[in-house]
Amino acid sequence: MVRYSTPLILAALGGMYSERGGVINIALEGIMLAGAFTASVVTIFSHNPWVGLAAAMCAGLLVALIHAVASIACRADQVVVGASINMLFLGVPALVSGALFQSTGSTPQLPREQTLPEMHLPLIDKIPVLSQLFSGHTAITYIAFALVPLSYFVLFRTRFGLRLRAVGESPEAADTAGISVYRMRCAGVLLSGALAGIGGAYLSIAQNSLFTRNMTGGRGFIALAALIFGKWHPVGAFMACLLFGFAEAVSDQLQGVVPIPVQLIQIFPYVLTLIVLAGFIGRAIPPRAIGTPYVKESR
Amino acid sequence: MKNVAKNLMFPLIAVVAAFLVGGVIVLIVGDSPLLVYELFLTSAFTGADGIGYTLFYATPFIFTGLAVAVAFKCGLLNIGAEGQLIVAAFAAAWVGLVLPGWPALLVVTLSILAAMLAGGIWAGVPGLLKARFGAHEVITTIMMNFIAAGLIGWLTHDHFRKQGDPILESLPIAEMKDGAPVGPHIPRMSAILEPLGIHFPARLPLNMAFFFALAACVIVYVFLWKTKWGYELRAVGVSPGAAQYGGISIARNIVLAMFISGMLAGMVGVNEVLGYRYRYYHDFSPGYGFSGIAVALLGRNHPAGVLLAAILFGALTRSSLFIQIFTDHVSKDWVVILQATIILFVACEAVFRGGALRLFRGSRPSVAGE
Repeated sequence: MVRYSTPLILAALGGMYSERGGVINIALEGIMLAGAFTASVVTIFSHNPWVGLAAAMCAGLLVALIHAVASIACRADQVVVGASINMLFLGVPALVSGALFQSTGSTPQLPREQTLPEMHLPLIDKIPVLSQLFSGHTAITYIAFALVPLSYFVLFRTRFGLRLRAVGESPEAADTAGISVYRMRCAGVLLSGALAGIGGAYLSIAQNSLFTRNMTGGRGFIALAALIFGKWHPVGAFMACLLFGFAEAVSDQLQGVVPIPVQLIQIFPYVLTLIVLAGFIGRAIPPRAIGTPYVKESR
Repeated sequence: MKNVAKNLMFPLIAVVAAFLVGGVIVLIVGDSPLLVYELFLTSAFTGADGIGYTLFYATPFIFTGLAVAVAFKCGLLNIGAEGQLIVAAFAAAWVGLVLPGWPALLVVTLSILAAMLAGGIWAGVPGLLKARFGAHEVITTIMMNFIAAGLIGWLTHDHFRKQGDPILESLPIAEMKDGAPVGPHIPRMSAILEPLGIHFPARLPLNMAFFFALAACVIVYVFLWKTKWGYELRAVGVSPGAAQYGGISIARNIVLAMFISGMLAGMVGVNEVLGYRYRYYHDFSPGYGFSGIAVALLGRNHPAGVLLAAILFGALTRSSLFIQIFTDHVSKDWVVILQATIILFVACEAVFRGGALRLFRGSRPSVAGE
């Protein structure tokens, strides 16, 4: 369950930074793909997964930069930009891997040593049940989990977080107070890119050892659903990710055992999101200024 | 005339720019852009094969482009065309399967109606959620896409498949015998042109649905600009507050727009199931729904523009196979990248047109008298 939630948590938290600032980021899926692909390719050439991880983060930042420029500077419709980025990264990895490795979209498999190593926490390892849950994960997982309380702190207890939220709720007021709306929103989007990139890297160099075409399989959207389910709050999003990760793990284990068809178990997170959006589990109210490009009004 | 030229200019710039970027990518992977451009033009526009396939691929783009355009006109972004066409295609096949032996014309008519209804409902649900609960249609339609894929995949896999068939497809509603389909279907272009003395190869899947698509363009134009309902729909899109003040129901138009949008997307199912494969084939859509967004944007949400943009995308799809085969390193994905780049550029161009900006901005309905 922890393994399945990790990429979701990273992407969801990333999405939170972007959306709290007022920029809808449905490109999480594409950024994750970009991160996964970059991590795999760079690790193949550098033989070092940590370099791959760093590269994935940079890739995520770059893709987010495209999103930021188009949505914030060019004031294009954020959803359309996000959708186009997703489309782009269905195609780019396949094209590049075709050129580099003569493959149809996958990268060669990494030998075991070159994937991110599992880390065993010394003390907890000795405790039987807890060790299975908390130890033996890769660094990314620990980063992801640590980011949850960290994000809570950043978002609600720092000036940066306050400004980010202000820019998302009422950019006009924030602008009057002297906060650069563009810069804050950019920061939010770039952060989301970095995090989603790492989330993608998890898939290709930690959970698996290669990149396959469209390997995120909608996780970016599930992360978005988790974010909404969690009402744009780090802890809420985290719980939602765990829930969805649990559902995914369960569906894997239950295949063939339980009469519910696998496809129906797989659509569970999406149905849940619909229900949440319809307001049956408390209203999920997004940041007020989300989705609207900010135009500086003349005073 | 000046207006038309102005409206054509920006999409044209976007397309040319995207092609240039695509050319650069081709250079990077080590092939010749000129070869790629040449392949594109020759494979898509020359010969009966070229034009036949281009128009066949253009048909679903016309439908999804119209679907997204109609939703846009009401200020909504319908990303759910992908899911809508899946349920519609399945519905069309389902009608054919549960009514064996009925008169073909009746079955075909019911199939088409079923497809439109299924697509309409699948889009209408997010529309309802938006109208009643303010749920953002982008997220709800994306969710519906996944739900559709899972639901229909399950139905096909567990209930409508031929025993032992490894491909995820339904039982056929019509079979090809000696080059002509037997069973409920809509005629291919070869059958339509035959009586006119024009020989058109029967293996080309271009079929009557193309004419439906052309008709749809005209119908959508008339509806949006020549009827009262179309006017109200557009009014809600341009300014929900003003429309409401004028007595127009925002909620009703949102649901209507989404329903119509879904109906149009559903017609893709007709092209696929009744005109080409004569069965439901899971995953048949190479992203028609998402490309519909590009087509609508490129066509400036006007049926005429959508038609032109759809033909361009049809041409791209047709040529993608040739480009993959006849170059060393460029694969079919180059076309996907090109499409994505076009969307990106067009989305940024829209900024310069004040009118289009208002279209994009009207995403949340002002229900409480904002």
